[in-house]
Parts: sequence; C-alpha cells; structure tokens
Amino acid sequence: MQREGSAFSGLGVVMLKELSDHLTSVRMRVLEWLVVLVALAALYGAIQQIKDTTAEDPFLFLRLFTTSRDPLPSFVAFLSFLVPLMAIGLGFDAVNGEHSRRTLSRILSQPIYRDALLFGKFLAGLMTLSISLITLWLLVVGIGLLMIGIPPGAEEIARSFVFLLVTIVYAGVWLALALLFSILFRSAATAALVTLGLWLLLTFIWPVLAGAAAQIIVPPDPRYMALGLQTPGTAELEQILARLSPSTLFAEVVVALLDPTTRALGPIYLSQLQGAVLGSPLPLVESILIAWPQIVGMVASAIMLFVIGYVVFQRQEVRA
Amino acid sequence: MSQDSVIEAEGLTKNYGPATAVDHISFTVGRGEIFGLLGPNGAGKTTTILMMLGLTDISEGQVRVLGFDPVREPLSVKRRVGYMPDTVGFYDNLTAADNLRYTARLIGFRFAEREKRIADALGRVGLADVADKRVATFSRGMRQRLGLAEILMKGAQIAILDEPTSGLDPHATVELLDIIRAFKTEGVSVLLSSHLLERVQSVCDRVALFSAGKIALMGTVPELGRAVLGGGYVVDIEADGTGLAERLALIPGVSGVEKTGIGKLRLHSDRDVRPEAAAEVVAMHGRLKFLGVQEPSLEAIYARYFEAKPEEPVNEGARDAA
Repeated sequence: MQREGSAFSGLGVVMLKELSDHLTSVRMRVLEWLVVLVALAALYGAIQQIKDTTAEDPFLFLRLFTTSRDPLPSFVAFLSFLVPLMAIGLGFDAVNGEHSRRTLSRILSQPIYRDALLFGKFLAGLMTLSISLITLWLLVVGIGLLMIGIPPGAEEIARSFVFLLVTIVYAGVWLALALLFSILFRSAATAALVTLGLWLLLTFIWPVLAGAAAQIIVPPDPRYMALGLQTPGTAELEQILARLSPSTLFAEVVVALLDPTTRALGPIYLSQLQGAVLGSPLPLVESILIAWPQIVGMVASAIMLFVIGYVVFQRQEVRA
Repeated sequence: MSQDSVIEAEGLTKNYGPATAVDHISFTVGRGEIFGLLGPNGAGKTTTILMMLGLTDISEGQVRVLGFDPVREPLSVKRRVGYMPDTVGFYDNLTAADNLRYTARLIGFRFAEREKRIADALGRVGLADVADKRVATFSRGMRQRLGLAEILMKGAQIAILDEPTSGLDPHATVELLDIIRAFKTEGVSVLLSSHLLERVQSVCDRVALFSAGKIALMGTVPELGRAVLGGGYVVDIEADGTGLAERLALIPGVSGVEKTGIGKLRLHSDRDVRPEAAAEVVAMHGRLKFLGVQEPSLEAIYARYFEAKPEEPVNEGARDAA
C-alpha cells in the first residue's frame, strides 16, 4: 500500500525547531560548559607534558589529543567519556517528552508523517552535537597553535579532521540509542537511567566482562601461559566480544587515526611483522583502512538503533 | 458519498488484541453540523477520533473524511481537519504565537499568510494580548482556547474536539462553547466528544451515545428524548379556571393531565401542544400565568437508557484503550 506524499514533508521544520530548542536549553549550556572546561584542562595537561618531554616528534600536533598528564586523562579519553553523556542528555526525552507534554497527538494531527518527527529530532540532535564538537575541535587547534607555536602539517590537520568526523559518528550511535529508549519508555527518568546504565555497562564493565567470558569459552592454553603469552584463540574471542561495545570501536579508531605508527588493531603474529619497519608512520589512507571496519561498524550500529526505534515508533499508539 | 456529509463511518472497528474498543460503529456528520460523541470514559470515543485522523490503525470497516481515506491519504485528511486532543498540550518554553508558528510551518503556510492567520486566530479566541507570553503561564482554559486558535488558524473544514470542556470552570466553559458555536456559523463541521452531557447538549445538533464501543443511540436530543423517555413532550401550565384540566385533556395528542400544585398542571403529549393549551385557557377566560415545554435533557435520556438496559461490564482492555 502506497502512502500519499513525502515521508519527509515537515522534516526541516521539525529539525529547526528542535535545534533551536537544544541550542537555547539550559541542559545544553551546562553540557557545553562541562565539555569545554574539561577539554581545556586536558589540553593544558597535554601541553605541559609535551613541553616537558618531546623535543622531536613528526606528529607533535596529534600528541595534543592523546597525551595525558597525571592526574588528568588525555583529551581523547575525556571525549570518549563525555560525548556519550552529551548525546544521551540530548536524546533521552525526545519522544516521551512529547508524550508527557501531551503535544504528540496535536503535532501528529498536522499534515506530516511520524517519520519526519523522529528523523527531524535525530538530525537536530546530531547537528547540535556536531556544532559543539566542531567548536571544540577549532578551540583545540587554536590553543595548540598558540601554546606549542609549531604549525601543524597538512597530514596532522587531515588526521585530526577525520578524527572529528568519527567522533560525530560515535555521538550519533549514542544519540540513536537514547532516542530508542525515549520511544520504548514512557517516563523520561526511566529512559535516562536505562540509557546511562547501558552506557556504563558498555564503556566500563563490558571490556572486563569480555575478557572473563573469553577465558570461560576458550580456556587459555597452559603452554602459552607458561611463556607468559596470551593464547591466540582467547585473545581473538576477547576482542570480538569487546568490539560489541561502541566505546571499544571508537577507542580503536582513535588509536589508528591519531597514532600514525599503528599498523594493526588486535593481535599481531610475528609472521606479519616480517619486513615491516617498526615505528615508521603509515600514510593517512592506510590508517583509515586499518580502522575502516570499526568506522563502518559504528555507522551501522547508529543506523540499526535508529531503525529499531523507527519501527517501534510507527507502531506505537499516540494517546497518552 | 452524499453531497453534504463530511464524515462517513461504516462498520468502524478497533481491536486491541482480544479486546474490542470500538465495535462496528456507523455514523455520518453533515456539513456545518455540530455532532457530539457522548459517553463514559472508556467507551471508545477517542479511539474513534484517532481512526478518523489516521493516527491509529483501523481493524475493520472504513471511514471517509471529506471524501478521503485516512488510512491511504492521511496527509490530505490532516491538512483539512483540525484536532484538539483531550487536555491539549503546548511547548511551555515557547510563546503562544510561537507555538502556532510551529504548527503553521508544519502545515506549510508562507510567512505573510502565517502571521496574518495567527493574529486573526488569537484575536478570535481572545488571546491577542498574551500572544507573546510563554504558554507555561497559561491557565487550562487559555490552553484550550489556544487549541481552538490552532484549528482556526489552520482554516480547517472539520474541527474535531476531544473533551474540550473537561476540567474547565463554568465561565471558561461558556466562552469555549461560544467559540465552538462560531465554528458552525462559518460552515465548519464540529465533532466533539464529551462525558459531560448537559454542557454538550446546548451546542450539539445531533449526538451519538457511546456505550462499551458501540453507538447505543443517535439523533437529535428531542428525538432521543422521545425514543427513550417515551412520553414525548411535557408541557407545564400555570393558570386558573375551573374544569381546565378536563378541557385540556380533550386536546388531540394529550395523553394525560397531572396536577402538580395549586393552579399548576402538567400535560403529557406526543407533540408540542402549547398553542392549543393557551387557546383553551383564553377560551375559558382563565388567566394564563405560565406556559412552558420541558426540553428532554440528555442527562435524563442517558440515565433512563442505561437504567432500562443495564450496562454490560466493560472489559479491561477497552477501558485501558480509552
């Protein structure tokens, strides 16, 4: 059965309204200040560390993102922690908020489809996150220039720009997840708690659990253990399990992009190292190729989460 | 579809699993008519409305709104029909005008037309002064009026109002009903649902009484009165004159005369016999002090109908659905 008209009529209107809501909301301002202050602190630590130690480094600029100085984690570590928080903060009451304000049936009685409402909300959230992240990126580049005093090369700018795009994709995954739970749960508080709980599980607990589960399923070989090595089968399974979490995927992509000497993500066999010049940097395209499965995995999980939410929302009753 | 009906429902049914919320109902609403869907909470009124707007699937049967099928052509229906849900909500952080602007953009009005329509609509519901106040400060009555303003702004041909008067004080109710009457004078058909019978009686041309997902009765209020209360018209007379009761009883159509007080009589008849009764009193040189016909009240009809036919226990599913 064919529906009349476009599924996306009204999409732009919904998106602009949601975007202006996000950008003027107190919630967003708090999150933005949190991110900016934390980023500045991490950056300051990194710059101090760089000034103290590194004299010659072809990718000095990229060190801004990855260097940490106790007690603060690096800028990248902060981002991987705060970006999901921002995305969840923007998305957790997207749909159930319309229910509780009793605006949903009124808006849906206008000549638009539900598609436009949901997609508009997702795009508005993603744009808000993009605006924040681009600003943050420019801020880091600017401060880095001022403080280090060495202009970044084209390769470094390109790498950090790809890193920016990947961070936006990573934010999209968490936004889609938050949107899904805002559809599934009628109470915004429940949705927020469940999303945050899942984020905690996937980011902090899952890597540990993955190791434990892998050891149970494929017990380590005592011969490898005697040599102080990881059993290949166990290590591989552990990595497969850990990669179910978007946080792991993001961390791997970041390593490949911001550390040009990264040659593989995951266990390497000695045979693969034959002929390799260890420590020599790879070109950008090669680094992206290494992280390509992870990037595609993140895009796919964002799309999948959105589609699940979309299907549930289409079938949901509009009445409160 | 006949020329002057705007909504035609035929065997409309909605099932939630094994429970039936709306059970094979059929009705038509004419152009410029105010049609009331009345019944207790959980009788299936809101579900019926949502099916007409294409906001919930139809299990069986079909409905045509202005000639469009809400299942296949929901946008055409929603472009021409204004809907005010039960306890309508607005974005509290936006002003009244901004809320309407958002809706107007969704409908697709251009800037100049949009501003003119919004100003007109807010003026007509008496919210022009507070157009730039945030909706968070609005009382319930003001929100309901803003809901009507949205329908006015849309230029809808049909206004569907779900429980428009619930939770309002008497003054706000009167104001709201006045605005609803104004719809009719512009040729806008109104379909309103309510469980408050007496308030709705004064505005509705025709009503459908809902009970457990079915339409129990449908027609004008006097028609329903005759069908349910039986006796038809009740005429009260206050006059003096000996033998008046006997003479009045002889008027064709009068089925009974009852003394209700000193010089007070009540006639039961199958038509409005006020002219004949007045003529009789005058012919006897009596002094006529009062002559009035009792309009059947919906409340009485409703009570009598469900008294005579005890309400079937409403199953839980249908109750949740409402």
